[in-house]
Amino acid sequence: MSFLDFITANWRELMMLTREHIVIVMLSTAFAVVLGLPLGVLLTRVRSLQVPVLGFANVMQTVPSLALFGLLIPLPFIGGIGARTAVIALALYALLPVIRNTVTGILGIDPKIRETAVAMGMTDSERLLLVELPLAAPVILTGIRVAVVISVGVATVAAAVGAGGLGTYIFRGLRQNDNNLLIAGAVASALLALLFDLALGQIERSFAIGERAQRTRRRIIGLGIAGVLAAVAILGGSGGFRSAVGRSGELPATGERIVVGSKDFTESIILAEILAQMLEREGFAVERQFELGGNLPHESLLAKAVDVYPEYTGTAFTAILKRDPITDPEAVYRETAASYAKDFGLVLSPPLGFANDFAILIRGDVARKQGLRTVSDAVPVSRDWQAGFGQDFMSRADGYLGFVRAYGFAFARQPREMDLSLTYRALAAGELDIIAGNSTDGLISALDLFQLEDDRRYFPPYEAVFVARQEKAQLLRAAFERLRNTISTDEMRKMNFEVDGNKRQPRDVVAEWLREN
Amino acid sequence: MHSTALAGTPLKIQDPFNKGKIVAEYVVANARIEVTNSDDKIIEFRSVGFAVDGVQMLAEIDLAVTRGETLVLLGESGCGKTTTLKLINRLIEPTEGEVLVNGRSTLAVDAVELRRGIGYVLQEGGLFPHMTVSENVGLPLRLAGLDSSSIENRVAEMLELVDLAPDRFAARFPHELSGGQRQRLGVARALVADPDLLLLDEPFGALDALTRAALQQEFARIVRELGKTAVFVTHDLHEAMLLGSRIALMEKGRIVFLGTPKDFAAATLPLARAYLETVAL
Repeated sequence: MSFLDFITANWRELMMLTREHIVIVMLSTAFAVVLGLPLGVLLTRVRSLQVPVLGFANVMQTVPSLALFGLLIPLPFIGGIGARTAVIALALYALLPVIRNTVTGILGIDPKIRETAVAMGMTDSERLLLVELPLAAPVILTGIRVAVVISVGVATVAAAVGAGGLGTYIFRGLRQNDNNLLIAGAVASALLALLFDLALGQIERSFAIGERAQRTRRRIIGLGIAGVLAAVAILGGSGGFRSAVGRSGELPATGERIVVGSKDFTESIILAEILAQMLEREGFAVERQFELGGNLPHESLLAKAVDVYPEYTGTAFTAILKRDPITDPEAVYRETAASYAKDFGLVLSPPLGFANDFAILIRGDVARKQGLRTVSDAVPVSRDWQAGFGQDFMSRADGYLGFVRAYGFAFARQPREMDLSLTYRALAAGELDIIAGNSTDGLISALDLFQLEDDRRYFPPYEAVFVARQEKAQLLRAAFERLRNTISTDEMRKMNFEVDGNKRQPRDVVAEWLREN
Repeated sequence: MHSTALAGTPLKIQDPFNKGKIVAEYVVANARIEVTNSDDKIIEFRSVGFAVDGVQMLAEIDLAVTRGETLVLLGESGCGKTTTLKLINRLIEPTEGEVLVNGRSTLAVDAVELRRGIGYVLQEGGLFPHMTVSENVGLPLRLAGLDSSSIENRVAEMLELVDLAPDRFAARFPHELSGGQRQRLGVARALVADPDLLLLDEPFGALDALTRAALQQEFARIVRELGKTAVFVTHDLHEAMLLGSRIALMEKGRIVFLGTPKDFAAATLPLARAYLETVAL
């Protein structure tokens, strides 16, 4: 798909994301100004506060954004996930330039001017409003401008906590190796930053002394651009502000509210969407908090910001419970369920029917010609094969080293370490001969690849399940039962490919699957 | 409080090294002050001292300023003349003694009220760079809550008084004016709310000689016409002689001489002689 076609096809979504982005940036900047301006003024009155307050704001700005989002999730009232957390985190980032420039702007005023104001008999507030703020305005506006430009950039990271915005496209583009998504997200946010910068720059300059002639024109330009951005924020897109109100389907839902989360990759989104649509049919008000990065879904569950999300038993067992890998799927499920109930008060759904294991893949024609079925079959013929693996497989405990040792592979050449999504195409093209993919990846059937059976059961099982909070388990019971063992590996691959390969919306793919099942 | 010469009477200063040679001749401008009773003291310093961090900046200041006179505080930089001035409108507060304005201690009245009744002029006028000429001049009236049409009329009147045509200057910004024009505006602003008392801190210090001379004459005229009381800080003897009805010479935080320009010209005090010698150069 060409970039223009992509933009045309996804215009509405792009506008919605842009709108979310603008709203997040405007709200967070507004908070930062409402909080930072009075604080800055206070610091010029009570100078002993300067060190602690500016120090705090400084520290806030050095915290990496994703870490700050992570830290905010468990906090009551201001924390959680979604746009609210993003606005608070961004406001904390924007605080420093606003406070610092307010202080610098006011203290930078010629002391004689201040003395004149006092000697004229101005009260403190008259001096502030008539003299100090107008004279400091250009400096303060520079601070706000810096804050806004920072916010536009950091807001892309906010997509990781389900706040939406253009970061959604950037993350999705990185994940799906889709340049159209990446470019659309990056260009749109860069454009936003430029527009904000231009608007505020014009307004800022109109406050400069001696700008009288162009003052009005600059203000019109500045306010005009700001108005356009605000209009996009109010009118742009048609999907509503999902994080704030939730996309709760077409029917007005009257039932209890359930927050469904997902991890930030296609399969997790599809599984979450399946559950979400089923719950909507049952009449629940579903709020989607999809595409949460890293370990956020689990933490959001603990923070009660999400009620349920799809997980894999192997991941829960090794990554969250930090246990040593074991290979018996039933044992992993059993022990995970027990520990989750005991340690976290979380409930595991019955297995959904498929596992997203590491899949050792070769080309289909090679498998057929040489009659290879299991990994062990491949060991004797693999000396001259070129292997290629993603960074993750090369580095993790249950990855390459253990795998080679367990089966006794002796590759003549070093395996290539490369981007996971590229290994599929390299294998199909004959550049590589053996790779480790995900067993449910849609490309496996699309590219006629063959998965060798893990006959020594080296890889821990990654059975798909839902994890839910105890309080909501009762409400979810019916849906969980209906989904028990209903999704086969093959069906999951197909759905994944519909989304990743054919670029269809998860919502449509899921609706189709639900109609057929 | 003594009457000195009549207004317009020349005051001659002799060369101290060459008796009989006249080195300067002043027309004492503001010399209408007759002997007055103590009720007419608009400012009174009673044994005032001022110290910062244990450093004595002013000591034993006893001084009375009578209604209608122009008192000049003369001295070198750092002698305490600006500090003395700032005690009057309570920009600083005395650490010893008390300062009375209109018979009441400055500490006993609201500082904002006190300052609104006193005009204050700094070097370069202390104008607000973000306000136009008319906004600057009208500001004290705006603070006093006057309506905009009365402000406008009064501002025009003031601009006329200091010889700036309102239609040409009202809408300009301070940076679009010359130093002399800015200084005139500073005076206009200090006078706009019609205060009894004016405090001026080396207002003409940054001006070139010709502009300065013109403004000194004009200031003398305005003060005389309006009958204002003024306390005027300068380090320039010419200015002190020209404008002062009395001169207080300060040194190291104390008043070492207080008297009329005529008394000053005859003073034997070494510092006063040193000042007078500058005239000979």
